Amino acid sequence: MTQARTSLSMALVGSGGAGIITAGDLLLRAAARVGLYGLLTRSVGPQIRGGESAALLRIAHHPVEAHDDAFHFLLVIDWRNFDRFAAEIRLAEDALVLMDEEAGDIPEHLREANVQFIELPLTRLAREAGGRANMVAVGLLGRFLGLTEEELAGIIEWNFSLKNKPAAIEPSIAAMKAGYEKAAPLLERTTAFAAIEQVARAAAAAGERWLISGNEAIALGFVEAGGRFAAGYPITPASDVLEWLSPRLKRLGGRMVQVEDEIAALNMALGASFGGVPSMTATSGPGLSLMIEALGLGVMAEIPVVVVNVQRIGPSTGIPTKSEQGDLELALAGGHGDAPHLVLAADWVGDCVHTTAWALHLCERLQCPAIVLSDQKLGHMRAIMDTPPMPRWRAVRDTITECDGEYRRHALTNSGVSPQALPGTPGCMYTADGLEHDERSRPSTRTEDHLAMLAKRARKLEQMEEWPDEEMRHWADSCGEGGLAVITWGSSAGPVREAVRLAAEKGIEARCIVLLLLSPPQRKRLKALLEGVKKLLVVEHDHGGQFMRYLRAHYELPPVVVSCRRPGPRPITARQVLRSLEFTIEAGQPYMERTCA
Amino acid sequence: MMLQKPPVAKPADYKSALKPVWCPGCGDFGVVAALTRAFHHMKLAKEDIAIISGIGCSGRLPAYLDVYGLHGLHGRALPVAQGLKIARPELTVIAAGGDGDMYSIGTNHFIHACRRNVDITVIIMDNRIYGMTKGQPSPTTEPDVPTAMQPDGTGLPPLNGMLLALAASASFVARGFTGDPNGLAGMIEEAIRHPGFAVLEVLSPCATFRPEQSEWKRQVERDVLTPAATLAEAMQQVMQAPELSTGIVWRQQRPAEPAMEQAPARDGLIAEIHAGFRA
Repeated sequence: MTQARTSLSMALVGSGGAGIITAGDLLLRAAARVGLYGLLTRSVGPQIRGGESAALLRIAHHPVEAHDDAFHFLLVIDWRNFDRFAAEIRLAEDALVLMDEEAGDIPEHLREANVQFIELPLTRLAREAGGRANMVAVGLLGRFLGLTEEELAGIIEWNFSLKNKPAAIEPSIAAMKAGYEKAAPLLERTTAFAAIEQVARAAAAAGERWLISGNEAIALGFVEAGGRFAAGYPITPASDVLEWLSPRLKRLGGRMVQVEDEIAALNMALGASFGGVPSMTATSGPGLSLMIEALGLGVMAEIPVVVVNVQRIGPSTGIPTKSEQGDLELALAGGHGDAPHLVLAADWVGDCVHTTAWALHLCERLQCPAIVLSDQKLGHMRAIMDTPPMPRWRAVRDTITECDGEYRRHALTNSGVSPQALPGTPGCMYTADGLEHDERSRPSTRTEDHLAMLAKRARKLEQMEEWPDEEMRHWADSCGEGGLAVITWGSSAGPVREAVRLAAEKGIEARCIVLLLLSPPQRKRLKALLEGVKKLLVVEHDHGGQFMRYLRAHYELPPVVVSCRRPGPRPITARQVLRSLEFTIEAGQPYMERTCA
Repeated sequence: MMLQKPPVAKPADYKSALKPVWCPGCGDFGVVAALTRAFHHMKLAKEDIAIISGIGCSGRLPAYLDVYGLHGLHGRALPVAQGLKIARPELTVIAAGGDGDMYSIGTNHFIHACRRNVDITVIIMDNRIYGMTKGQPSPTTEPDVPTAMQPDGTGLPPLNGMLLALAASASFVARGFTGDPNGLAGMIEEAIRHPGFAVLEVLSPCATFRPEQSEWKRQVERDVLTPAATLAEAMQQVMQAPELSTGIVWRQQRPAEPAMEQAPARDGLIAEIHAGFRA
């Protein structure tokens, strides 16, 4: 018999509204409570109900940042619409397909696959128990994860108590138990999942495991660093950032205002920030497009603000519920005129807290807007992690409370940062302006004023290259060593880091570099990270190679570069990156492009 | 440390040293004069006032006053002003714009600001033309006015901004005239004192591109509009009154978008938030 698995991947599919996502959520939380790690992503159609939905779950004995290459289990309540996300669910050799007897016909392309189909009376068992098929699935899959009936019952009770539906508890537990029983004879048909160790159970019992989504983590980072005002317009997949903030900001003495459109959102956040309150907005691609004009106002009038962009597939309305890294160039250079601003990118769920907090700290300190890039994959991913350390960065703005003589709002200082007088400060009255201006913020069309202010606004960011390493430690994440390196950004970091670990197991030495601060570029710092690297693999989740273009524009790169891209809803996996690393070792030409496959 | 607040300023003290870019005879000078009189009469400290503007001739207004200001984007004064007021409720916040700002590019913000009822005042300087860009028709331009961009006129009915404000639930709606600075100052004061979103449309003639508006001095009928008892009556007045008429037509007490309050102790709440993430 093969060795027990320490990482298990399961996909649950069914019609929208069938409770598929709830089942995934419950299994994830139950796993967290016994000390396991894992993550859950959802793949849904645009329909509110009645469409298709899939819960993609990975549970492991070690922390995980991304999905595995293939799924060991596929649980199907309903085959209808399966083809819409079939490409996102690659099945492992000898995977178990657990399908309801009423699920309908097996899709043609799966019939030939080397997998085991097992028909089960999921719906019937649910009916008999008075519950729903998704709870039968929880029992069935929970048993494969080594969870006990008591643990699963506990999580079901917790869930329905929280939702204030106590009547659903008993039938749901009965349905779960029916599923649990059905799993018994099937256990030997698949490789076992390793038993959970007592150490892990103890840590979980002590409440040391967190369960958090990327969007929640972004909102938490903002609040941790002192953010108190947010304005926003609903948009998938960013709305839940605003929904999380709405009640919490109010309790913290702040406010989240739902506005009429994204243009209003950023302008309103700028208004609150002009008044001295650390502010943000959250949106996705189309919303960011609408905000670009106001972003320029923030640059020109030197008003700090955080703009969170949870990327989705574009252009235009694109595929709102799915992920891609296609907004990089918009974030870096979307505006008109020379408009230096900060661009940061979170690289996994836990990091969303830190990158957002650092972004707020930096934008307040440098008095300019900061874009924080996340994406649908990170934003909607729920992950189990050890209690994360909280960031120490705080929003601290250089302000003055006293003016002698004429206040120079945009004084040409060495750092480029000029202390701001907040409204209410006697004697320092001025008008912030989107027009080019002089030091006193008076509109000016003079060449000298424009050149001086252009240089000042650029200097604020350029000086970061000279900051001590201690203050810049969050600019990038790196691992490993050797003459082969892989560089990436954002949510592609998860599979890249896992690929470097897999490479090490195969005796391939490689470095990984993940850029968290994308603008301003840190030339000296990347040069240091690339010291001795002869061959570089560039990994990104888009079609056009925006990250590749960015690297070429700003950095000195090693002699051999391989650009590996993969667009579309199906995430890049560690093994695809590993294969690209192996390809890069053999690569002889200075520059090659390939699909990450 | 905050300084001792200076003594109350005279009307002229509220003006800045900056020389306006406006043409001689521009109505917008009258808005500056009326604002300074209202501020003086209300004994407002200069540092506690913030004027937020958009783009166009009207957009230049904040810089000509010695108060805090933000001259932002075309049509976007209202979201900025609301954000500032929600964040800093102790400030007197005024949004200033033209017919282009409020009735064209920023109309969506105007409608929803009326609904949201944040305690600010918006002054819409209506000259029925785009002046800054040199004479194109605006949403309030009469249909038969020839311009370079539309030589045959727009042929479109002008937008009735006050009716729009009433339909969008604005809680204070009035129209003033720059040819009557004292009357306008009084209206501005009432608008500022109104607890909620106050819409003040101001007939502000353009001396350069609409020279015929100099006749407004003789044509405007003052205080024709009077506070109505019902919304229907207010709408009826606005529809029936001569288009060149002034007065306060609607005043209503209704809940405003709440402003931020003093933050309670942070640590307990943050700990509670953290606990919510424990599996």
